[in-house]
Amino acid sequence: MATLVQAIRMGLHVGEERLGVTDIFGEDVGPPLGGVFTATQGLKTAWNSPLDERGVIGTAMGLALAGQKPVCEIQFSDYIYNTIDLLKLAGSMYWSSNGDWNLPMVCMTPVGAGIRGSIYHSHSFDATATHIPGWKIVMPSNPLDAYGLLLSAIADPNPVFYLAPKALLRVKAGPGELLPGEPADEKALSKMIDAPVGDRTTWKPEWPNLETLFVPIGKAKTVRPGKHVTVVSYGRTLPLSVKAADELMAEGIDAEVIDLRSLHPYDWEAIAESVKRTNRVVFVNEETEITNFGEHLIRRTVDELFYHLHAPPKLVAGAFVPGIGLADNLERASVPQKNDIAEAIRATALHTP
Amino acid sequence: MTVSAVSVEPKTSSDPHLAPELCIKLHDTMLKTRVLEERLITMYKQGDGYFWIGGPGEEAFNVPLGMLVHKGQGVEHDYLHLHYRSSGTLLAMGADPVDSLRQMKNTATDPYSGGRNFAGHYSARKWNVVPISSPIEVQFSMASGTAMAQKRHGGKGITIVQGGDAGTAEGDFATCLVWSSRKGNEVPVLMIVTNNRWGISTSYDGQHGEKYIADRGKAFGIATAVVDGNDPEVAYHALKKAMDYVRTERRPFLLEASVSRLYGHSSASGANFNKVETDCLARFEAKLEERGVLTRKAMDDLRAKYTQELLEATKRVREEPQPDGKTIYDFVFADRNIVGKDH
Ligand SMILES: Cc1ncc(C[n+]2csc(CCOP(=O)(O)OP(=O)(O)O)c2C)c(N)n1
Repeated sequence: MATLVQAIRMGLHVGEERLGVTDIFGEDVGPPLGGVFTATQGLKTAWNSPLDERGVIGTAMGLALAGQKPVCEIQFSDYIYNTIDLLKLAGSMYWSSNGDWNLPMVCMTPVGAGIRGSIYHSHSFDATATHIPGWKIVMPSNPLDAYGLLLSAIADPNPVFYLAPKALLRVKAGPGELLPGEPADEKALSKMIDAPVGDRTTWKPEWPNLETLFVPIGKAKTVRPGKHVTVVSYGRTLPLSVKAADELMAEGIDAEVIDLRSLHPYDWEAIAESVKRTNRVVFVNEETEITNFGEHLIRRTVDELFYHLHAPPKLVAGAFVPGIGLADNLERASVPQKNDIAEAIRATALHTP
Repeated sequence: MTVSAVSVEPKTSSDPHLAPELCIKLHDTMLKTRVLEERLITMYKQGDGYFWIGGPGEEAFNVPLGMLVHKGQGVEHDYLHLHYRSSGTLLAMGADPVDSLRQMKNTATDPYSGGRNFAGHYSARKWNVVPISSPIEVQFSMASGTAMAQKRHGGKGITIVQGGDAGTAEGDFATCLVWSSRKGNEVPVLMIVTNNRWGISTSYDGQHGEKYIADRGKAFGIATAVVDGNDPEVAYHALKKAMDYVRTERRPFLLEASVSRLYGHSSASGANFNKVETDCLARFEAKLEERGVLTRKAMDDLRAKYTQELLEATKRVREEPQPDGKTIYDFVFADRNIVGKDH
């Protein structure tokens, strides 16, 4: 039973074996470390890049233009900001050349808070990513989606951001969420694919015989059906939203939770269908709240679903402050916690005009 | 050639002359490029375009570059990461100057961007010309990627990346130095700095402490040279030598060429002829006349012919359709991989 980060690793392995991945690279991505979160251990095309984020993105672009299939990594999304113009350029390659050149590359980067990463290991990237047209954006919240979305990202002929929620990298698959072909026993899997502590020079992983599984980009998943209110989330706040919803059952509030999974293109049909049934909606993510992606979803909700609404649509998001402070109290006050989400769901469910 | 860095002081025209037929070909394309740029400037001034930027004053370097490129599609051929002064290179590769007029007039028929981008922003996948974009120097961050693919593939294809002098202050230039020269992982990239001694209004001395930009390559063990880019014969030899080195050694080379900026930075600074700068075309024509390769009259006639042809072409291009506003959503996402294999 894989953790989310093991699922990424296995997805990359399948990408190398069956989907033509030629390069998995970034800072500390290759041996011996295999990534600061172990996402790239034991992969045959993984290599260490110079510590130059612009070089990482630019080289991935060049490789892709020359017919390769690169998956590059920015070690933390906090460090992606000096590449923004290259990301814009990547997003515009196909469009500005009027269809002459597409750009098939994947950029993986760990995002968000929840590991006490302080000011520079806690940034989210979804608000900025969704401001860069021409990129597809996926963000898994469980190992199975992590695997299936990665394979779809790799197979896609466009640039795709793969945002990995840092706080969830060690979460395990829920019931019925085994990757097709992986051993159910987590210790057995770990023995096969986790690099040993210490000297690894002769270590080689033993990959399980995995089946290919594509989770389509642009398809949300209803992870908890409910009647009274729709909760739309992704990444770290998705499991928190589910927990909050579970707890609210005791109060007679039955919330439906949708895991958006893809931020662009996003599954508006799934949101609209649900909101038309529940007439109430809460959007949850941990990005800073001003010009937050959830604000866009609220705008569209108001534009298109206004007469279905029985309560103002709500956004639960991160505080608009320059960083996430290290101390427990500071981090908790900066990004949504389970109780913040529960409160917003309750208020929206019980709202009477 | 050894792997140690080489550098030569800028020299003028002491290199051996090229064969007359080659000189005639060089001259023809340099002249055609100049006439094209002047036509584009006129189009801008007459309201047939919104902005002009281009390479008048760089023909003596850019035309030989285009002639020497191993042209084609895919890793077997050379990749070109150019900038907005590269008309001479494109024409030397066989581009139709009328297509440049189309991009100036932002018509739907513009083959480089369908009316989306400024003049001089070429894109030609059939020749590995990576889309030229306005941000300066970003091409230097991409270049090692195509070169890496070429090294991996084997063969003789190389990557050529070109930008101005002021742009070398951007981190992308350092990126290319670092990524192209990693020990054991050197890649076949020819880095070119066409030095006109200006940014927009930033002077060379206002920005650079180094005497030659090419010297920055030495610290990385990159072979370097500094040449007079106003002399097409010198440029031809220098480019040939540098390209041969990159092609066979599969290692980077940094070539700095001094060039002129004959009509200022762009239409934003007026696009008027600058009499102080060396005019590489006039200089070359004087030489060809002196050597008896071409007569003044033949060259004047040729200029008149190209001028007339492009004037006529402008009239035709004016009648070509503009892109429909509804097309803005076209080509946001590709549904199949055209640069590589689908799996
Ligand atoms: C990243 C970026 N910054 C600023 C500009 C505006 N700009 C356009 S051209 C230019 C000067 C570039 O000078 P140089 O690199 O010497 O090339 P030249 O135009 O002289 O050939 C500037 C500042 C830009 N296009 N891109």
